[in-house]
Amino acid sequence: MWSIIHKMGSPPWFYRFAGSFLKWLLPIAIVALIVGAFWGLFIAPPDFRQGNSYRIIFIHVPAAVVALAGYYVMAFAGLMSLVWKIKMADTAMRAVAPVGAALTFIALVTGAIWGKPTWGTWWVWDARITSMLILLFLYLGVIALFEAYENKAAAAKACAVLSLVGTVNIPIIYKSVDWWYSLHQPASIKFSGESAIDSSMLYPLLLNIAAFYLTFACAVVFNMRTELIDSYRRSAWLQTELKQELAKG
Amino acid sequence: MQLETVSYLRAQLNRHIRSGLRRPGDVLNPILFFLMVVTLFPLGLGPAPDQLRDLAPGIFWVVALLANLTVSGRLFAADFEDGSLEQMILAPQPLALSAMAEVIAHWLLSGVTLALVSPVFAAMLNLPSSAFPVLVLSLLLGTLCLSLIGAIGAALTVGLRRGGMLLSLLIIPLYVPILIFGVGAVGEAANGYDASAWLALMGAFAAAGLVLSPFAISAGLKISVDT
Repeated sequence: MWSIIHKMGSPPWFYRFAGSFLKWLLPIAIVALIVGAFWGLFIAPPDFRQGNSYRIIFIHVPAAVVALAGYYVMAFAGLMSLVWKIKMADTAMRAVAPVGAALTFIALVTGAIWGKPTWGTWWVWDARITSMLILLFLYLGVIALFEAYENKAAAAKACAVLSLVGTVNIPIIYKSVDWWYSLHQPASIKFSGESAIDSSMLYPLLLNIAAFYLTFACAVVFNMRTELIDSYRRSAWLQTELKQELAKG
Repeated sequence: MQLETVSYLRAQLNRHIRSGLRRPGDVLNPILFFLMVVTLFPLGLGPAPDQLRDLAPGIFWVVALLANLTVSGRLFAADFEDGSLEQMILAPQPLALSAMAEVIAHWLLSGVTLALVSPVFAAMLNLPSSAFPVLVLSLLLGTLCLSLIGAIGAALTVGLRRGGMLLSLLIIPLYVPILIFGVGAVGEAANGYDASAWLALMGAFAAAGLVLSPFAISAGLKISVDT
């Protein structure tokens, strides 16, 4: 267990690990995305009231779920980098932010596209939509803070503090916005008790959520690998690695 | 040891309040800013008294938030520039303590004064006078929360050259709960209902903020001084 964590902290080890991780998981993620999209768009039955327009949930819900989870991944990476000073945790935090922001943006846009035929308006100031918008601002804040520092080690520390403060605040923001106003339907998938969604729609939705998690993981690992290439481009170990990769083709 | 901590806190508070009072502009500017922006709303929305009364809680809290944002950004700037921040880091007392003294002094000078003069502005916006006690109390608690959050942002950006716009991006999302609680409290009071639930939530936020935020502030200050 500890040896894995120690290895995780070493850039050369992580670089090789990221390579094999992507080699295996990226194809799986792409296949899962395609199967999930096909199942959701063509096989799942149309909704009795919303017709076909509901099918956007197969993108909307996974994006929203992973965007929210991504913030916690980022904050946890920040905690690891502050407490244990693990170099790769900095890189991970830095890599999650743009992916999370993009997913939050996708969730907001698909929600608006779905809202137009269903609620008759692109945007309502509803509790969950507003919280997602605030989540987008929190992500953008972390990205902007990182860009503002010239010393990248300090930038990572500052972002770690900010994302931890955000983590403490997210439940409060969620609850307060909830008390403020709510129009969005309550969560349909429950871990305990009966789901309010039929299994013919639930299974493709769960597959899509899994596919989005995989894609998220691949995007983050890919970003981290790119970051490593950028910051260690002068190191001997990276140059030998790259030469080997080139020789393999 | 305990006594030492208390006297250190008191000395720090004294220093900040005294240096704040020697620059009365720093105390008065947020209040003037508040008055200016409150004046813009009737001009922009029309002077109808009923409409203004309905919108007053929201106007009040949005402007209080902006007023706090303008002063929070410079919270540690003077200490950073003249080197006292480094002395505070080197001092045997924890930096969290010095940071808390600074935030409380800032709150006493800006937030408390704003809360105390707020009934004047409230009367100008036609808010019923029965809501004044809740307004003052909510602003007292709320500005403390705003100052504590703002100080985290200020600590993280004090070493940066263009920190101003960045600060608003960092801390406005974190201000959201305070805005909702504050508008909730004043709105309930203006309509003649009991506002104690909202005030209790705000008090809980302030208590949690007083305990937790000094650590985030001191971590931020150390990062800013290191670079």
